[in-house]
Amino acid sequence: MSELSILLPIMIPLGGAIALLFGYRSLAVQKVGGVVFSSLAFAASLYLLYVTDCAGHVVLQVGDWSAPFGITLVADRFSAVMVAVSCFMGAAVAVYALSEIDEYRLRRFFFPLYLVLMFGVNGAFLTGDLFNLYVWFEVMLIASFVLISMGGKRAELEGGMKYVCLNLLSSAMFLAGAGIIYGKTGTLNMADIAQVLIHAPDSDVVISSSMLLLVSFGIKAGIFPFFFWLPASYHTPPSTVSAIFAGLLTKVGVYALFRAYTLMFAPIFDEVQPIILFFSIMTMITGVLGAASHFDMRRILSFHIVSQIGYMVLGLAFMTPLALAAAIFYLVHHIIVKTNLFLVSGVVVRLKGSSDLAKVGGLCKSAPWLAALFFIPAFSLGGIPPLSGFWAKFAVVKAGLEIEAWISITAALLVGVLTLYSMTKIWAEAFWKKQPDEQETVPTEHPGPLGFMVAPIAVMAVATVLIGLFGEPLFEFSQRASAQLMNPQEYISAVLGSGMEGRP
Amino acid sequence: MEALIAVLVGVLFAAGTYSLMRRSVVKLVIGVLLISQGANLLVFTVGGLLAGRPALVPSDGTVPPEPYGDPLPQAMVLTAIVIGFGLAAFLLALVARAQEAVGSDDINAYKNTDT
Repeated sequence: MSELSILLPIMIPLGGAIALLFGYRSLAVQKVGGVVFSSLAFAASLYLLYVTDCAGHVVLQVGDWSAPFGITLVADRFSAVMVAVSCFMGAAVAVYALSEIDEYRLRRFFFPLYLVLMFGVNGAFLTGDLFNLYVWFEVMLIASFVLISMGGKRAELEGGMKYVCLNLLSSAMFLAGAGIIYGKTGTLNMADIAQVLIHAPDSDVVISSSMLLLVSFGIKAGIFPFFFWLPASYHTPPSTVSAIFAGLLTKVGVYALFRAYTLMFAPIFDEVQPIILFFSIMTMITGVLGAASHFDMRRILSFHIVSQIGYMVLGLAFMTPLALAAAIFYLVHHIIVKTNLFLVSGVVVRLKGSSDLAKVGGLCKSAPWLAALFFIPAFSLGGIPPLSGFWAKFAVVKAGLEIEAWISITAALLVGVLTLYSMTKIWAEAFWKKQPDEQETVPTEHPGPLGFMVAPIAVMAVATVLIGLFGEPLFEFSQRASAQLMNPQEYISAVLGSGMEGRP
Repeated sequence: MEALIAVLVGVLFAAGTYSLMRRSVVKLVIGVLLISQGANLLVFTVGGLLAGRPALVPSDGTVPPEPYGDPLPQAMVLTAIVIGFGLAAFLLALVARAQEAVGSDDINAYKNTDT
């Protein structure tokens, strides 16, 4: 049964995407199918989370080829929780898409592509093989390429070009890095690579390939100095698409960084640690400065993705059990909050016809419910207690205090203040001030009722509050997950051991 | 043989990088393609090259006779080439549409969505 649990989150989106291709004539089938299949995937991911938390590791050797010769799917607590949160976002944003995605995009297979994106993301979280990680990245990317540029407007095409070119470059680097590792260790199974490197840390070539992977994953995660494509492209497509990208795609890069440096390159981590630490601090600072300097809601939010990624990578750079637990907690919190903020910006665009803060105003009066729904994720992102962001930041800072990393903590706290500043800027401009008279804004056309847009926002806001008020179970789970990450031997024996059982 | 291909990989990466630095969008695309081909060739080479030594198992044995060429890099490169072709086709179509929309081949005309 446990093998089914790891297959379902991958197979349901794929099956759904194929099934929806047959129903391309009917928009109703597309809409209902998109929501149903992403909800099913969410249910399957919860099951996987439950099974993984009980068993520790769930391993499936595809086609019954024993590791390290075949393809391995493996879930530990970290990947299971990432799959669960991603599928939660997938289901929620699919509901939101019902109202925002117009017929033009639906006719061009929006929902099948959306499900393929989920397929790739879940596969990337669950694979245990370096080359397969590359393939899952490509699955995810090709779907995201189409989603980001399918509208065909000038801005979307321009943003899409930057997104596509940078991601192709990062894929080429990933491939080169994976190839060099294979040449050095003779294996592609991540557990097996870790095993080989523990016994023979022949550092020169391994460090070069680990740097190639750092750059490649760094581009995908949007860390300094590789983030510039992100704010140039994420604000161009419809909010549905930016929201799911903001929630998931950069996090897949972060996940890959974690997997690489807690498992494969754990033996040589000390040599790379200063670089990761420097990158993470610069990521936080440059991201938040970019956000502070902008005056368009969706661009501010795009820059905030960058700065918040810095906190997670900071947790990786500290590499203590508490820091990793904090980073996992941060990932979960940030996926929910950031997706939610983009969804709110979509509602603002719908009500006012623009996300430029100079043209928008008076939302507090005309839509007080939206103000409340914006308030929760925005101030959670800024780190106001008792919302989830406070506990996430608190845990990262506490982990830093334990190892006396004063500079990083100062930067983290300063960035927290600046985050709050740019969030209050959105609050003051879009919600608080009067509607500018000279700018007569036109609400955009309505593909569907507003309720479908508000419901997922409300659900996620409730989730944020719940994580804030009752964060203890999630944090304990993060600690169990980080204990697993700190002890890669467990993962290695789970992957390599179970494949060898009952064989000659 | 490996040394020759290693040089070729270097040339591909260098030429690709040079193309990326040009201001024309078409040259940017060419640069991306060259670099991804360089990466493919790199993967192919690091597995080690052995001429005329396929990993075929003789009918009376269970393992191929030593030394045999490693088939895994070839499988990886095959996958990577297929993916690369798909992405290249998409990139070319995207560039064609983008040039239509922007009306210029100059990369400086594509700055609207930047800061």
